[in-house]
Amino acid sequence: MHDLNYIGPRIIVKFDNGIYITETVFWGAIVAVVLIVLALWCANNLQQAPKGKQVVAELVVTTIYNLVVSTMGKRCESFAPYMGSLFLFLILGNMLGLIGFRPTTADVNMTFALAGTTFILIQYNGFRTMGFVGKLKHMAEPLPFMVPLKIIEDISFPISLGFRLFGNILGGVIIMALVFNALEYVTELILGGVPLIGQIPWLQAVIPLPFNLFFDVFEPILQAFIFTMLTMVFVSMAVVSHAEHE
Amino acid sequence: MSLVTPEAFILGLSALGSALTMVAAVGIGLGQGFAAGKAVESVARQPEAQSAILSTMLVGQAVAETTGIFAFIISIVLLFVNPLVGML
Repeated sequence: MHDLNYIGPRIIVKFDNGIYITETVFWGAIVAVVLIVLALWCANNLQQAPKGKQVVAELVVTTIYNLVVSTMGKRCESFAPYMGSLFLFLILGNMLGLIGFRPTTADVNMTFALAGTTFILIQYNGFRTMGFVGKLKHMAEPLPFMVPLKIIEDISFPISLGFRLFGNILGGVIIMALVFNALEYVTELILGGVPLIGQIPWLQAVIPLPFNLFFDVFEPILQAFIFTMLTMVFVSMAVVSHAEHE
Repeated sequence: MSLVTPEAFILGLSALGSALTMVAAVGIGLGQGFAAGKAVESVARQPEAQSAILSTMLVGQAVAETTGIFAFIISIVLLFVNPLVGML
């Protein structure tokens, strides 16, 4: 639950030289550490015949590889580790609202950092597979005067990608805060006169569960999937268009 | 002698503007509903392609959502970090 008067991420630690650490950085680091520890724990003591945790780990890895191959094609299989870690990081980061904290992606800095990574990935792979001249040629593909339009298209893609994730998650955060505030208000309205019971917002116990299910479980998975899917589609477009040239 | 202070005037009109911005949601509702309806039609025609149709539909709806998300961000900016008050 969040304070509706201040919508941004709170500052946790502030150093003397003006550098500060917000909730976003803190929880992002914790999510990354949790993912690394989970991966190391699943990957130690691997057997030829999988059992226990190794079955789950192999299922996750196989699913991600199949998704990447079916979306980007066989030649882009080497992108699967990046896409898989992006997907898992986004799911965990978006789901932090479930345990009462602020989701890391409800901060425009986080989503734009991820979208910037995607932008660099697209441009780097475009230049790597086509070469500098080939990329310039590809920019002027149907007609030379289209070059400015193509540049605008390239720049506007990461902006819309970052804002889409940010807007969806922030909308969920605001609606959850509104629901909790309304339930607190209703509790006070009904039981305000009672000495001990009136102080505790009882109605916040079970009623928000359907909202939690939508905004903290369904929406995070959907948005993480969409972010990863769009990244995959655009990276594969940058790589595959090279094959059409030859 | 004015009846409202300039700050109150700007804040009131900003609230009105942020509400009007979200009229963009009408278009998204129509577009996403249309896409979902077409997806249902194609699943009914080809039930074995359901997973591919579902993921394509979700990505398409997410792209269609972009304009509404921009409108939402503008209305959030108008409500919480109003840049117009600082211009007084």
